[in-house]
Amino acid sequence: MFSKLDQIFVVLQHWVAGFVPVSLQPIVLALVGVVGIVVVFPALFALTTVFERKGLGRIQNRLGPNRVGPFGFFQPVADGIKALTKEDVVPFNADHFVHFISPVVLLVAVFMGFAVLPVGRNMQLVDLDAGLLFYFAMGASSELAVFMAGWSSRNKYSLLGAMRAVAQMISYEVILLLSSVAVVMMTGSLSLVKIVEAQSQYTWGLPHWYVFTPWGLLGFILYAIAATAETNRSPFDLPEGESELVAGYFTEYSGFKFAMFFMAEYLAMFSVAGLGATLFFGGWSAPVSALSFVPSWIWFIAKVMVAIFVFIWVRGTLPRLRQDQLMNFAWKFALPLTLLNLMVAGLWRFMNPGVVRWVVCFAILAGAYVLMARVGMKREKFGPRSYRYAE
Amino acid sequence: MLGEGIIKGMAETARNFFGSFVSKERLITVEYPEQRIPTFENARVFPFLVYDGADWEAGLRCVACQICEKECPPKCIYIEKSKEKKPDYAGKLQIYPAKFDIDVSVCMSCQICVEVCPFEAIKMNTEFELATDDRFGGLLLDRQKLARSNEYYHSIHPTEAAEVDARLAEEKAKVEAKAKAAAEAAAAKAAAAAQAKPTDTASPKTDTPKSGTPQSGGEGA
Amino acid sequence: MNVVFWIFAVITLGGALAAMMLRSLVHSALAVTLAFAGLALMFLELGAQFAGFAQILVYIGAVAILVVFAILLTRSSEETGSGVFSPTWLRGLVIAAAVFAVLGWSILNSASALPGATVTPQVDVKQIGDALMGPYVLPLEIVAVLLTSALIGAVIVAMHEKEGAE
Repeated sequence: MFSKLDQIFVVLQHWVAGFVPVSLQPIVLALVGVVGIVVVFPALFALTTVFERKGLGRIQNRLGPNRVGPFGFFQPVADGIKALTKEDVVPFNADHFVHFISPVVLLVAVFMGFAVLPVGRNMQLVDLDAGLLFYFAMGASSELAVFMAGWSSRNKYSLLGAMRAVAQMISYEVILLLSSVAVVMMTGSLSLVKIVEAQSQYTWGLPHWYVFTPWGLLGFILYAIAATAETNRSPFDLPEGESELVAGYFTEYSGFKFAMFFMAEYLAMFSVAGLGATLFFGGWSAPVSALSFVPSWIWFIAKVMVAIFVFIWVRGTLPRLRQDQLMNFAWKFALPLTLLNLMVAGLWRFMNPGVVRWVVCFAILAGAYVLMARVGMKREKFGPRSYRYAE
Repeated sequence: MLGEGIIKGMAETARNFFGSFVSKERLITVEYPEQRIPTFENARVFPFLVYDGADWEAGLRCVACQICEKECPPKCIYIEKSKEKKPDYAGKLQIYPAKFDIDVSVCMSCQICVEVCPFEAIKMNTEFELATDDRFGGLLLDRQKLARSNEYYHSIHPTEAAEVDARLAEEKAKVEAKAKAAAEAAAAKAAAAAQAKPTDTASPKTDTPKSGTPQSGGEGA
Repeated sequence: MNVVFWIFAVITLGGALAAMMLRSLVHSALAVTLAFAGLALMFLELGAQFAGFAQILVYIGAVAILVVFAILLTRSSEETGSGVFSPTWLRGLVIAAAVFAVLGWSILNSASALPGATVTPQVDVKQIGDALMGPYVLPLEIVAVLLTSALIGAVIVAMHEKEGAE
């Protein structure tokens, strides 16, 4: 029963493909998979917007939206209708073609990232040998779309937002990539399916997730920080800081194009959360072996939703960084730590398994963290803010 | 330690998040159309005209002296005096406002009209749902829409209304006593004059101060 | 020479041509990006996944952004009034022909790229890693040193400017 439920979507996909001639079946199989992704994740996006607003409200002791439908859950429908029926205003001086194409490029690049994510057992659109590289290649393409949007609007806020976004995304992409490379080193493969398989064994009912190793823990923390910056989420939402830049690079977008940017941002959040779960939290594998009977895709979605909750929680807590703090943190703290993490991952690979290995690696990383944090805080690179008042 | 503050902040927001589900005191939001908080007694939104008695038209305290019209900073009051006099609820002949309009969209709720009114005829309302779908006519309220009974005034500003009523009663009593004294004096004078030579100078003399401050005779200021 | 190849070829050449012909510099940069993407698709079509994705990651994700930033930070993105042809077109043509000749010569002399060798080796990431760390370790290290020196140079240039400002 449960094993059937586990593979229900795969069976469904093949059942649909069974209606067409054999020569067309690969195309139809792929199409059904694509439709699945294009339907499920935007639906999740719609749900997330209302959960985010309600959650942020609760964090601020408010109620959040509760007017449209039961408990306000039809709010995204109302928002969607509003976005669709709104006038699409394009600035007179804008570069019309680039202005039109950039939300499309962004959304396509973001959707492509989902292609390699193993959503469940046997549930990935393509199992590429270089899947992780593909994911990061698509993430890199979205930077260009952001730049195109900002540049083509002919608006200073848009351009500033785009410059900030690109600078930030390039800086944090290095950290994102290098913290994932540790996992690749350990697995010996760039294929996300193989990475999940490597983590889905159990000792005493507990999984072999990489987050339970010292390098995995630090790697995950760095990955989470970089992912937050990569998706322009608070506290790294400088590119769209509404107090400074109106809406950043999509200031000049309205109606459905605005909705596309909005959706791309949330979908990027899902995919980066999904990748994080895949790399450090065993993808679709269950947290304890006793719960393995629960369908794998439920675990994946649950892990993504937990990550989204943390995203919202962080957004409700932390104030926005300043540009120099952002860059200092990336290049002077996170990047050296990531490189050290990479070396420790190598050390872990060549030490004998056991408690000693764990303690040594953890001590190195914790020591480095404490040391770098102390030095950085003393030099006021980051840490508590100092204030200067006008005379 | 780097990151300590972040964890503290996260704990605080988590406490808010879960606390808002548990304790009702945290959620201070008033869900307005369904839930309302009673208006504060000293709230002021928009002026209204007070009338005494049952008939709004007869009982308007306003005598169209136009002080408020002149004092109104944004000039949103429009008054036209009546040509003829009309008995008010007490039966006294008064000028009354043939037209008394206030433009809601211009009014800035400064309460100056209330402060300058010598007759306690205009007061501030606490009603705030003044939105209308008619941009022009709907926002220009005429005297019928502005008129509210003294009982309504008591219901929204009980303390202030009691003071006003006491003051009015006092003035009325004073005026009545004065009028009585004047009448007695007039009567005495008339009697004296009648004794000397019968002329009709007495009646204009008593009428002139009444038309000069006519309302002090009628209602008292 | 199937249909897919021709589509990719048109994308690549179209992007390259547009990069030459367009007047706006940013448009040219975006067109170059299109050519990069076409090239990456070619790699993928040949079964070289790693090279294809690396092409996208490095060229679209980094080089194109760098080019665009350089354009934005150095000169205005306004269209120039002059024609499409640069006054130094002859020199440019000579250089292009020379580069093409070198590339063509090396390709024709490479045994594996000749039409006769049709067997496409199935290369996975592990093999690439082994090759990079084994026979090709010297070129890799040379590239690494070159990049590091470039990085240090960039830092020094930036630092110098900052001191001058203060």
